[in-house]
Amino acid sequence: MSERPFLRMDNIHKSFGEIIVSAGVTLEVEEGEIHSLLGENGAGKSVLMSILCGILSPNSGQIIYKGRPLNIGSPREAIRHRIGMVHQHFMLVPNLTVAENYVLGQGSPLRLIHDMEKVHARIRELSDRYGLGVRPDAVIEDLSVGEQQRVEILKVLYHGTDLLILDEPTAVLTPQETDRLLDLMRGLVKDGKTVIFISHKLDEVMRVSDRISVMRDCRVVHTTRVADTDPRELARLMVGRDVLMELPRAPADPGDVVLSVEGLSCRNDLGLPALRDIGLQVRRGEIVGVAGVSGNGQTELALAIAGLLPIDSGRLALNGRDITGLSPAEINARAFAHIPEDRHKMGILMPLSLAENAILERYDQPPFAARGMLQRRRIAAHTRDLIARFRIKTPDEEERIANLSGGNQQKLVVARELARDPDFILVSQLTRGIDIGAIEFILQEMLKQRDAGRAILLISTELEELFAICDRILVMFHGQILGEVPADRSRLEEVGLLMAGQKAGHVAQEA
Amino acid sequence: MLDILTLGFLATLLGAAWRLATPLIFASIGEVISERAGVLNIGLEGTMLMGAFCGFAASFATGSIPLGLAAGIAAGMAFGLIFAFFTITVKANQIVVGAAINLLGLGLTAFLFRTYYVSTGRGVDIARPVRIPWLSDLPFFGEALFRQNLIVYSTVLVTVLAVILLYRSSFGLTLRAVGDHPKAVDVAGRSVAAYRYGAVLIGTGLAGLGGAFLTLGHSNQFVEGITSGRGFIALAVVVFARWSPVGAFFVSLLFGLFYALQLQLQAQPMLNIPYQAFQALPYLMTIVALIVVGGKSAAPRKLGTPYDER
Ligand SMILES: Nc1ncnc2c1ncn2[C@@H]1O[C@H](COP(=O)(O)OP(=O)(O)OP(=O)(O)O)[C@@H](O)[C@H]1O
Ligand SMILES: [Mg+2]
Repeated sequence: MSERPFLRMDNIHKSFGEIIVSAGVTLEVEEGEIHSLLGENGAGKSVLMSILCGILSPNSGQIIYKGRPLNIGSPREAIRHRIGMVHQHFMLVPNLTVAENYVLGQGSPLRLIHDMEKVHARIRELSDRYGLGVRPDAVIEDLSVGEQQRVEILKVLYHGTDLLILDEPTAVLTPQETDRLLDLMRGLVKDGKTVIFISHKLDEVMRVSDRISVMRDCRVVHTTRVADTDPRELARLMVGRDVLMELPRAPADPGDVVLSVEGLSCRNDLGLPALRDIGLQVRRGEIVGVAGVSGNGQTELALAIAGLLPIDSGRLALNGRDITGLSPAEINARAFAHIPEDRHKMGILMPLSLAENAILERYDQPPFAARGMLQRRRIAAHTRDLIARFRIKTPDEEERIANLSGGNQQKLVVARELARDPDFILVSQLTRGIDIGAIEFILQEMLKQRDAGRAILLISTELEELFAICDRILVMFHGQILGEVPADRSRLEEVGLLMAGQKAGHVAQEA
Repeated sequence: MLDILTLGFLATLLGAAWRLATPLIFASIGEVISERAGVLNIGLEGTMLMGAFCGFAASFATGSIPLGLAAGIAAGMAFGLIFAFFTITVKANQIVVGAAINLLGLGLTAFLFRTYYVSTGRGVDIARPVRIPWLSDLPFFGEALFRQNLIVYSTVLVTVLAVILLYRSSFGLTLRAVGDHPKAVDVAGRSVAAYRYGAVLIGTGLAGLGGAFLTLGHSNQFVEGITSGRGFIALAVVVFARWSPVGAFFVSLLFGLFYALQLQLQAQPMLNIPYQAFQALPYLMTIVALIVVGGKSAAPRKLGTPYDER
């Protein structure tokens, strides 16, 4: 323990009613380091950081920052002390521009906004300096999640910060974007800033951290220098048991075609061509992966298959029956399950309870409805079953899903979709925001589904995830499928090249 | 021949439209500000009634129109404070509290009026028209449009101020954020509740002013239910105007035009249509407007939802 740590959170206790979310956390961070925080979903990482920047007030405990106690429970105090946080769920107002978001809440409310040009210039300058590519006049709701992430990071830098907290910033980033972010973090530390970094991806954590703290059951259980540890030990500390880094699986035994896509073309919501002549098949008992740098049409592919995006041409068939042009509800009714890439937009309804969210697609069908009435007891029993099987961390099934940690929300979506006993499962970004213990479990669950004869299409920017469970991998580039590669780790480089648009030594033509 | 098609008729119609739109302009711009902060105040009708009555009473007692207007604004804000306390601090349902405010306004003003004023039978002075030099000399339209009282002219000022407040001030920026993503405002270190109180008080103050106009700038008397649904029409105006103050000004004018048309048409002996049909015109228009505009695409995302900070 150092004499005068830069930051010391001391014996922090926090509970929401009966539910304890911080059970005497003590965390020390030194000046100028990158300090990673690891822990299972619901371990209390986000809560702890929200306490640090004044958004939540703890029940007891104190925070010493730069040698002085911090006035706890006031966001203004944190801002004044140049503590900045990029939240797991973004804090950007969707209908305002980037620049307006940055000046939000700054200065006297009675001030007129007249010097926006200066703000724009300052944003452009900072954006160039850190290579973030943020346009000050862009409206937030028009930006992709990756772009919003950069907007959030630049917001903290714009306000000036000594301590930067990044809560799972890489969950929504592509590997390339992640590399740039890690470089940025190193650059910030060189500028004398201190970074607290939360991530579930051990390789990133090992690459970038100086020290690592592991949280478990709402406490910090271990802090170590990165040189003194390895991923296996970290995983064990987090989960409390050994985690399989490599899943055992039998070779696939593909059967009949379940999903077939022929000549699919469509436009994105800006009216630009997003998919060009896509053809693919998924058979019973196999997992087909779709790799690609995000923004190459994967989002539109998933939406088009699910009936959520009108298509220009092409044919979609499920179990040999044409589903082209059917509504999402009609497609859903044909044993079609969908785990969407953005759970907040499409997977769950935040104001509803866990139980209500668990039956979203089936609330009007038996056994959950009878004679037009919801069968509360059956719904509760069903939800409790999902909670137990997927180890979702929640007080009970009546809890509002908004109160769950991000990873636990994702677990509910996965649990709900698998529980529908589908023939075909469309999955985007399966493990976004999920801890390694749960990833292991969910990937195993996917393999079980495969072995039970289901057809699975897994769209992911996470190569690790694709190689872990897929049988073959299709690579998308500029709205086309550029090639197919067997999911064998020895072919990793080939996949990488295809993702960059290079096919067998040639650079693909941009049509 | 009907004299509907003459320029003179048109000018009179427009002048009357502006006058009749005035209470709507105040109330709907106030409601735009309130709803932009995420607070849906359906208690406008009751609030306007309160403004109308208190404006009348203050002016009756003092003989001063400015004092009457100030009393109308204050009365509106007093109702706003009640509304804000229950919806923002206690986090009660905004629709329910709004409905209660309407009933309270209707009952309270009727009771007070009957108790203290009905027997006097006297009215108050009404704000006098003021000619605007040069503009009122314009051919055809000058006389009809620019011989209004100051309250009517002030609708333009209020619209401009509302635009500056919402789009050019730091307060307005935060206020709009409060209606869309209150948590972001909380994180930025500002109190969501304080901004919502502010928005509601501005909104109800304007509604009170709109009510006071009815007794001090339009008729010189208070009558039970004098607002006759204008508070509800203002709510529709906000939707039709897509939550923009300038939009609210012009949509209110459009409604004012229907009120004026209704009055003029009633006065046309050649039209053999029962006058009630014309009276229904503005209300019919409200329903049509809501159907045409429909949707909620422009509505603040957190409209009607209390903010839970935990
Ligand atoms: N507002 C709230 N009300 C009730 N419980 C809450 C609230 N916010 C968080 N919790 C609970 O606190 C616990 C810790 O949540 P937290 O978000 O800190 O987890 P986390 O470690 O960040 O997990 P993840 O990796 O999934 O993001 C969870 O069990 C969660 O359900
Ligand atoms: Mg979290």
